[in-house]
Amino acid sequence: MTRTPGPIHSLALFVVTGSLALAAACGGSAPPPSQPAGGEPPHVQAASSAPSATTSATGDTVDVLLCDGKTKTTVPKGTPGTSIAGALMAEWIRKNPDAHWEGAERERHTLVPAADNKDLVGQVNGQTYGLITADDVLLWKTETERVALAGSEVFHNGDKLGSTVGVSCDMCHPHAANTHPETYPKFQAQLGRVALLRDMINWCIEHPVRGTPFAADDPRMRALESYILAQRKGKTLEYGKH
Amino acid sequence: MSHEKPKKLLGVKSIETRHYEEREELFRALKSLDRRAFVKVSAAAFGAAAGSGLLPPHSFSTVSIAHAAEPPKPAVAPGGAKPAAATKEKFTFAYISDSHLYEKKLNDRFVNQLLRAVDDVNALTPQPDFVLYGGDLAQLGHPSELSLGAQILKNVKAPLRMMVGEHDWYLDLGEKWRSLFGEPTYSFDHKGVHFVTLNSVVEADFWTKRGLTPAQRMGTVAGLDNGVQSSFTVGKEQRDWLKKDLDQVPAATPLVVFSHSPLYKLYKPWNFWTDDAEEVQALLKKFKQVVVIHGHTHQLLTNRIGNIHFHGMLSTAWPWPYAPEGLPGLTVQMGRPDPFNPHDGLGDGTVTVSPDGLADKLYNLWNRNPVTVSGAYLKSAGKADVPTAPKLKSY
Repeated sequence: MTRTPGPIHSLALFVVTGSLALAAACGGSAPPPSQPAGGEPPHVQAASSAPSATTSATGDTVDVLLCDGKTKTTVPKGTPGTSIAGALMAEWIRKNPDAHWEGAERERHTLVPAADNKDLVGQVNGQTYGLITADDVLLWKTETERVALAGSEVFHNGDKLGSTVGVSCDMCHPHAANTHPETYPKFQAQLGRVALLRDMINWCIEHPVRGTPFAADDPRMRALESYILAQRKGKTLEYGKH
Repeated sequence: MSHEKPKKLLGVKSIETRHYEEREELFRALKSLDRRAFVKVSAAAFGAAAGSGLLPPHSFSTVSIAHAAEPPKPAVAPGGAKPAAATKEKFTFAYISDSHLYEKKLNDRFVNQLLRAVDDVNALTPQPDFVLYGGDLAQLGHPSELSLGAQILKNVKAPLRMMVGEHDWYLDLGEKWRSLFGEPTYSFDHKGVHFVTLNSVVEADFWTKRGLTPAQRMGTVAGLDNGVQSSFTVGKEQRDWLKKDLDQVPAATPLVVFSHSPLYKLYKPWNFWTDDAEEVQALLKKFKQVVVIHGHTHQLLTNRIGNIHFHGMLSTAWPWPYAPEGLPGLTVQMGRPDPFNPHDGLGDGTVTVSPDGLADKLYNLWNRNPVTVSGAYLKSAGKADVPTAPKLKSY
């Protein structure tokens, strides 16, 4: 189960126009995962005009519908737009308690940061549109760390691992200690054959964890490999080392 | 012994079968020796064999016990007066720690491992004066887990001394544990040694402002690398109690302190750490000799800060890796546990306390030769009686 960005990325808030003349949008400004979200709702911007409106006004109140088409709030006419936006987002967060999973996971389990590539900002590699921007390198880091964070969640959760005995990876490998991914592939003496890191992950899932091994391309396997490798950043690759 | 006789597979004896055969052989041999020869054989043969790794492991701690029966080496010059302490006797207590029990229907492995440790201490001859349980009896502090643990520990023949760990505590903040075992903080005297048991896993409230349920609170504390929780402390209330308790004890009295977390600062991210360690250590400073026995770290771990000698206890559930930094220089590592052997890196052990307050700590590793970290090793700051270090260090 790969984690995907929450719908906050694509949300837009449509509000009643007319006499209220307010509008807000909540798209395109999800908090960067490098900051623990801590339950703060996504940033809601006031916009000068609403792209469209979902209107349902009766008497002195007005219903405002969030762009997910489900989250609704009813407010008196004349309510400031920021209050409406705040109420809508609070309601959306209540219905989507896992929306800030990345920030929460970062707070629970320290992740070694990915390379920031900041030295590449402003560089070109000869292509017409090849200029590397600050947004580019932020995107690369954010997306890479997101996969590792998804791995951290699986690593620390017996249910997500499919354990039948309540055992998760962190119980023997806090912060992925003693996983030494940099030593694989190597001849695993106990198996009598060469093993990759994922073979050892699956061995652990099958034996101490007593779960069902993951397929090599299972999103959980990709995430676990990412997390384990992330935690050993800076270690020299020494395949075959015992 | 509740161990079943292992089946023979194609004439190949399992490690357990060999182990029991060797143990029986050993005791047959020992019975035919007189006392002097017994001590000589056990000390020399076992010490040498354990040191060189030549003998298969014995889950028995004959070395220490045999030693215990022997009077202290002639520390007194001929004609000189005997030190007062020499009139007291050396004694041994055993320990079991960190069993992390789930309910048996969920996970029988941890349950069986605790049963094995109980068999070990019950098989000790002579019996230890008492058995310390070092905390983390339960994994998620569930009443059923604690009750199961209490039921199993009732089979311990020697008197039992309980200590609390964070896994026992943070579901109901000690309610069930207290109802089963009483208050977690207490002291007692035994054969001239003063013993103190502390609850060193007191964490500042991190759960209220986050609105965590008791189960979420427990789940957070149960994760060793979970950064949401607070640091372990002994706390002011217990420090005040400790001061009062120790005020009544003469400084020459040997002191042994039981704490679940190491009473020093090793590695904060895993709570291999007690936040008010310095304040607790200050209370222990006046004593000539202090030994702290702690759980939580699931590994061979040795440290000395002035007059205080620290020893970790083995877990019966799973071994922890060594912390990436801060490992005390006196620690002889137990080496990498083999994940393919579910009992490797686990075990129980004994502590033999001399009249001078020095303690020999025996790590009875189930899948390896036993390792004794002696009081002499610590007293000499690692120069004398050095335990054999493993060849393969941690990654």
